[in-house]
Amino acid sequence: MTENGSALLNVNNIEVIYDRVILVLKGVSFHVPEGGIVALLGANGAGKTTTLKAISNLLRAERGDVTKGTIEYRNERIEKLSAHDLVTRGVVQVMEGRHCFEHLTVEENLLTGAYIRGDKKNFSDDLDLVYRYFPRLKERRRAQAGYTSGGEQQMTAIARALMTRPKMMLLDEPSMGLAPQLVEEIFGIVSRLNEEEGVTILLAEQNTNMALRYARYGYILENGRVVLDGEASTLRENEDVKEFYLGLSSSGRKSYRDVKSYRRRKRWLA
Amino acid sequence: MEFIESVTITPFVMIAQDFPVFFGEVVFNGVLTGVLYSLVALGFVLIFKASGVFNFAQGAMVLFAALTLVGLMELGLPVWLAFILTMGAMVALAYAVELLVLRHLVNQPDIILFMSTIGLTFFLEGFGETLWGSNVKKLDIGIPDTPVEITGMLFNSFDLIAALACALLVTGLAFFFQYTPTGRALRAVADDHQAALAVGIPLKKIWIIVWSVAGIVALVAGIVWGAKSGVQFSLSLIALKALPVLILGGFTSVPGAIVGGLIIGVGEKIAEVYWGPAVGGAIENWFAYVLALAFLFVRPQGLFGERIIERV
Ligand SMILES: Nc1ncnc2c1ncn2[C@@H]1O[C@H](COP(=O)(O)OP(=O)(O)OP(=O)(O)O)[C@@H](O)[C@H]1O
Ligand SMILES: [Mg+2]
Repeated sequence: MTENGSALLNVNNIEVIYDRVILVLKGVSFHVPEGGIVALLGANGAGKTTTLKAISNLLRAERGDVTKGTIEYRNERIEKLSAHDLVTRGVVQVMEGRHCFEHLTVEENLLTGAYIRGDKKNFSDDLDLVYRYFPRLKERRRAQAGYTSGGEQQMTAIARALMTRPKMMLLDEPSMGLAPQLVEEIFGIVSRLNEEEGVTILLAEQNTNMALRYARYGYILENGRVVLDGEASTLRENEDVKEFYLGLSSSGRKSYRDVKSYRRRKRWLA
Repeated sequence: MEFIESVTITPFVMIAQDFPVFFGEVVFNGVLTGVLYSLVALGFVLIFKASGVFNFAQGAMVLFAALTLVGLMELGLPVWLAFILTMGAMVALAYAVELLVLRHLVNQPDIILFMSTIGLTFFLEGFGETLWGSNVKKLDIGIPDTPVEITGMLFNSFDLIAALACALLVTGLAFFFQYTPTGRALRAVADDHQAALAVGIPLKKIWIIVWSVAGIVALVAGIVWGAKSGVQFSLSLIALKALPVLILGGFTSVPGAIVGGLIIGVGEKIAEVYWGPAVGGAIENWFAYVLALAFLFVRPQGLFGERIIERV
């Protein structure tokens, strides 16, 4: 973790407080290298969404505030910028729970992503590119987004973010509520976007198994702290991760003592 | 017995008597008031959709715009210049509202935003009168006011031009919303603030745009109303008529505001002329509210209230 200089995004020891009193992130640090796929893992309420919103600056709209630490994107401090500023700099978030514009058609949804890039232009090239990755959306382009399926809505949300021409995409639980096959399809598209379009991905997921298959590096959050990090392949083999996040364990049932040792280690890591 | 007859039979006999000429005139008169209601309701809907704020000050904006226009004309400016300057004033007002009010109240409960628009109402009424005085002013923007006969019906040329202008404005706005990128962004913000922020749509700019549009709509309503009945404090009460229009048309629907306004405008004129004698007149004053109340029982989301999409 010393090559911070080459990272696209550096999050250094940030603390986030909601409503001026609720301390949610208690010193989170991590790095995302240019062109990488990094996963933020953790259970409900661990602080994944809060972390992503701190970066994209959607936090303020929820009365959250980064009170300590720094966030640097391309060596520029970005904590004080607006969400709009970040999107213009190429950082876009796809929110948890899809958030399509329900009363707009699928294509109108996509075009809202191009809004920041000017009123005048015609975005048919961008639409073509997006439809190449999401052929299903092309079929549904005239449908009202509120009436499309969950998978189509998730695709619309990602495609809409793609229309902003991002350098970095923050994906918040893209697998949520989708059938395994669809999750597979969406992760496949995301990793193609990463390879072919060079979009750096920061992925927040509860679905540890899927996330670790596509990400190269992972951080595990618990209670607003990073408790473990490492190469995806290493994390996949880690006994604690297997037990607590992948739902597997090599030695059958674990004894209470093992759990306790994990707790101890967590505390130490925190 | 006589009363029942005067309610159920006489009006229809009257309608039939000199149909379609007199009836046509009554309907057109209703359309003109209706378009005005539509305009004011439209101002409400725009702001409500884009910022979730129920703008109590819409009526005060009508008064303020009309006062400013008359005031500038009394200073000796030509109509067109006064109009442009007033439009500028309404845009400036939109900036001020964003800068001084909305910006500081984001994420506060709706009721607080609503209260702040009540504050704005008092400010606009007071400020307008301080600036331009509180006596009733005559507004003459130079549109001829002569009788015109079309297929046997008598109309007033001012009314015709006003109705046409309002219709054009409304059509233009509908087009703006449906087909321009900014209109699309406005609809996006109305649907989901957070998601709009996430794709980089600048909410502050959107708010300024909707408040400006609402201000300009208020100006047009103020001109038409003011030219007919003088520019005075009661102009701000026109907003009260917009409320039943909103209930009828739905708070979030642009077409609803337009159609709702027309229904109420035409409905109350017909009721007044034909049913008025039976109940001793003044139906116009309460017709809209009774209609809205009845409507609340049948279709609380309004005629065109956006369907709340719920997938299961
Ligand atoms: N707007 C808010 N105001 C107050 N507390 C909040 C707010 N949003 C989140 N929290 C709290 O912050 C903590 C972390 O929430 P967050 O949404 O970041 O978790 P998460 O890891 O994304 O969880 P999930 O997997 O369920 O999405 C939770 O305890 C939550 O209750
Ligand atoms: Mg979350």
